[in-house]
Amino acid sequence: MITEDDELLKDFVIESQEHLAKVESQLLELESEDDAIDLAKVNNVFRAIHSIKGVAGFLNLKTLESLAHREEEVLNRLRNREVRPTSEVINTLLRASDCIKGLLDTIATSNEQDVSSHIHALECLLMNPTNLFLDRDGKELAVTKQTVENDNQSGTDAHLLPVSSLPNSTTFAEKGISPETLREYLIESHDNLQQIEESLTLIEHNPHDKNVLNAIFRMVHTIKGSAGFIGFVKIEAITHAVENLLSDISRGESQFDREVSNSLFGAIDLVRKHLEAIENLKCESDINSEDFITKVKSLQRTNVEHKSEKALPPSPAHTAVSPAPVAAIPEDTSVSLHPNDAIPKAANSIVAPLPRSAPAPNDSNSSNAASDSTIRVDVALLDKLMTRVGELVLSRNRIMQCSNALQDGELQSATNHLNLITTELQEGVMKTRMQPIGTVWNKFPRLVRDLASMCGKSVRITMEGKETELDKTIIEAIKDPLTHLVRNNVDHGIEKPEDRVANGKPAEGCLSLRAYHEGGQVNIEISDDGSGLNFDRIKAKALEKGLISPDQATRLNDHETAQLIFLPGFSTAEKVSNVSGRGVGMDVVKTNIEQIGGTVDLQSKTGHGTTVKIKIPLTLAIIPALIVANHGNRFAIPQVNLLELVRLNVSETSPKIEWIQGSPVYRLRGRLLPLAYLHKVLKAKQPSQAPSDCISIVVLRVDDHQFGLVVDQILDTEEIVVKPLATQLKGVNVYSGATIMGDGKVGLILDVLGLSVSSRVLSKDRSRSHFDAASRSQESSGLNQTLLVLGTGGNRRLAIPISQVARLEKVPTSTIEYTNNQEVVQYRGHILPLIRLANVLGIADDTVPIDDLLNVIVYIENGRNYGLVVSRVVDIVKTTDEVSEASQCEGLLGSMILQGYVTDLVDLPSIIGRTGMKPKNIVRSL
Amino acid sequence: MITVNQVCTFYLDNQMYGVDVQSVQEVIRYQEMTEVPLAPDAVMGLINLRGQIVTAIDLRKRLELPNRPDSELPMNVVVKGHDGAISLLVDQIGDVQQIDMDNFEPPPETLEGASRGMIEGTYKLKDRLILILNTERAMNVTNSTD
Repeated sequence: MITEDDELLKDFVIESQEHLAKVESQLLELESEDDAIDLAKVNNVFRAIHSIKGVAGFLNLKTLESLAHREEEVLNRLRNREVRPTSEVINTLLRASDCIKGLLDTIATSNEQDVSSHIHALECLLMNPTNLFLDRDGKELAVTKQTVENDNQSGTDAHLLPVSSLPNSTTFAEKGISPETLREYLIESHDNLQQIEESLTLIEHNPHDKNVLNAIFRMVHTIKGSAGFIGFVKIEAITHAVENLLSDISRGESQFDREVSNSLFGAIDLVRKHLEAIENLKCESDINSEDFITKVKSLQRTNVEHKSEKALPPSPAHTAVSPAPVAAIPEDTSVSLHPNDAIPKAANSIVAPLPRSAPAPNDSNSSNAASDSTIRVDVALLDKLMTRVGELVLSRNRIMQCSNALQDGELQSATNHLNLITTELQEGVMKTRMQPIGTVWNKFPRLVRDLASMCGKSVRITMEGKETELDKTIIEAIKDPLTHLVRNNVDHGIEKPEDRVANGKPAEGCLSLRAYHEGGQVNIEISDDGSGLNFDRIKAKALEKGLISPDQATRLNDHETAQLIFLPGFSTAEKVSNVSGRGVGMDVVKTNIEQIGGTVDLQSKTGHGTTVKIKIPLTLAIIPALIVANHGNRFAIPQVNLLELVRLNVSETSPKIEWIQGSPVYRLRGRLLPLAYLHKVLKAKQPSQAPSDCISIVVLRVDDHQFGLVVDQILDTEEIVVKPLATQLKGVNVYSGATIMGDGKVGLILDVLGLSVSSRVLSKDRSRSHFDAASRSQESSGLNQTLLVLGTGGNRRLAIPISQVARLEKVPTSTIEYTNNQEVVQYRGHILPLIRLANVLGIADDTVPIDDLLNVIVYIENGRNYGLVVSRVVDIVKTTDEVSEASQCEGLLGSMILQGYVTDLVDLPSIIGRTGMKPKNIVRSL
Repeated sequence: MITVNQVCTFYLDNQMYGVDVQSVQEVIRYQEMTEVPLAPDAVMGLINLRGQIVTAIDLRKRLELPNRPDSELPMNVVVKGHDGAISLLVDQIGDVQQIDMDNFEPPPETLEGASRGMIEGTYKLKDRLILILNTERAMNVTNSTD
């Protein structure tokens, strides 16, 4: 409780500090403008102070509230051109704002502080004739202390009247409201409505949660305040009624039940309609809200009446509000507008724990920093930045190719630096475009709630991983498919309560959304515990529509049958409901997800529910890819689809490509891998130009399937910038886009799914995916590392983290040369010093060249290569174990047990240090 | 109705053609292209135009003219389309001609085949004719081939 109250208070402090920062600058500008009052500025200041006042009142911060109220009063007169912005006025306003700032900093004790001098100063302003505009008769516009007191009774109504009395047709500009103010108001109100909606769905499940109720109240109040200020009478009236209802509930005079929440949701929709009208028509619409207000008021009444006989039993089916005759309701509802009086209990419960957890001034400083640390940026600007970074990546790639070709040391180090910075910049810019998936999910609780009550179902929604971040463009792209899936699950998946109970399930269905990162991708799972798919019906329907043959129907397993529903033109729904069964079908969901490089999988168990699993890339713009060549053309294959690379030597007799009735296959570790020849898929005219002595196979994955793509040559991996193809090429499904290669030429990006479809190679490999799942769960179970296990010096086993190993090489002993008594070999245009690991560690060196070849592990430190000579490379082992015993020996990190052997973990940097080969001693390559 | 009054002219199989000068982004020499297997026949490849990937469409193929001799390299007339720029490959570049609506005529009824939909009309010069090409239709490859 305490922490949540603190949260509320902290939010308030941050928000208010933001407001005050604006107030100050605007006031100063006002002063410089003399009598030509810029109403937009006054409005801004007024709005800021008003929302501080509103929330302060709600939180029972009386001192703060009264000070803000007086300041608001002066501003109101300023706005009505009753007061001139003399330096005295502005000074006093500024001082009052400073005082508010001070109160905010010491919020815990703010109620005990004396601000009467400021209040008095503000009141005096209104008395001093030099500050006042005089009307035509030279008579002072009546501003007395009395009116100040009166206005105190109805803070918002007072300033509302002159504005709202203007005819509806007057534009906002005439009212002195700038388009910016209006836009800000609309954005803010939409945000608030969204949050209210979220909070309402929360509170429905837990009607006694005061914190949520308070939050709702606060947001409704903000909408009301701003609406009243700008002069949107109708919105103000609606929110006012809602506010009254809420304060009754907060005081315990009314019950929060289904009816209340229905009408609150109704209120949100109504206000939204008004806001839309305002946005489109630029003036308040004529949408009738009287009926609604009457309804809310009657609700307040009926609820109070029921109070004596305890709460109404919540009944989901009961939606219509018993319409009490309008006349029966007294026009002046007993609840005062003043939040302070309206909800003393709620307010007390919040303020009470404050002294215990009084935020120290330091705390408020830090919260101040929090408010300063974020800014809003135009998305278009970020997009532009992203494009520029994309171009920078391309230029970097080109420069790196040139630099590698030129072999100039100076140039190379500069290039490396450029490479590093570009990568960091790219990551940074990419991060700015990330948004939590919660931005899409947040509307689902409401959606599910409405749908469920429409279908007479009861559905609970749970969300996990709301904070999982995705690129903005992807968020946009998955919005509709996700909404469709959620609708489907509620409409078709979850059964009616009575059916559920009959099947031994709880009456309330459960829809769960889960999102998490995995291997550079984001997984989203939408599952329900509903009836699951009716596989027989799906098969029957597919047969009927001629999508499958009767023969196929008998062979399809459940999982394959489930995939049928993604086929275009497929719908088992007997009738189209107004919820789903039309509009975007499942095939559109699939196409949309696949368009952004994602995959959809559906698993279902009849009677137990359905799970849809979506995998999507984190970002679309820049992806790592493997570059392959065919006919001198280069193609990029996204790394996400890549499983492994296989190179077959034709001269060897054992592994080769075999043919099953004209379809090539390859035995990959005992399993048959279907193959496709890239040049055949692309219908190349000339024969392949592949080197005749070897065959390169790229093993690719689509969903759970895998296949091998035979290409002429495997070139390299590269970060590529994905560019869309022109419409002329949209019909060719084997490409997903194009990119510009390091040398400036255009390369095509292969679409692995399209490839597999046009080459008709798809094989199910469940075991592989099971294996993946197993290894995944192992990965997630703890910190793990992959170690390269080496043998040297007899039976001694050593291990090196594979992340430190650049390459494994076999070096012919005949190529060893000497410089400074140091064994070296020429390696990729550099001099590679060889280090005998056994010698350094002081163990017997039993390194015997096999076939005149030495096993060398290439290690790169600070851009320099070192070659470690070892006797043999034993294995690559994944482990979650950590070093169990620290080592005494320099050059070793410690020992651990791996595969039943004691294994020493090698400390490579220290080994290099021990050899005395500090970088400056190494001969620079020429 | 045609509203052009300045056209950028070029040659295809010794016939002069013209496109609205407003739609032309730039004219560039032959660029190396990346061929796109499986693409519609008229798509000759992709060009890197200062970081922008531009699809090149051979107008000879679009207008069903005989293929360009291998010894001749085409030129690129880069035109602005609905979704980005497209390069139209032509034999040779002419110049920008001021045209006078009095000398304009709709395409002759006898015009047949692929060119019929793409040619908006003819403009009569003293010694020859300029066929005015509708660029949007010329680059609309997907609808006409397969």
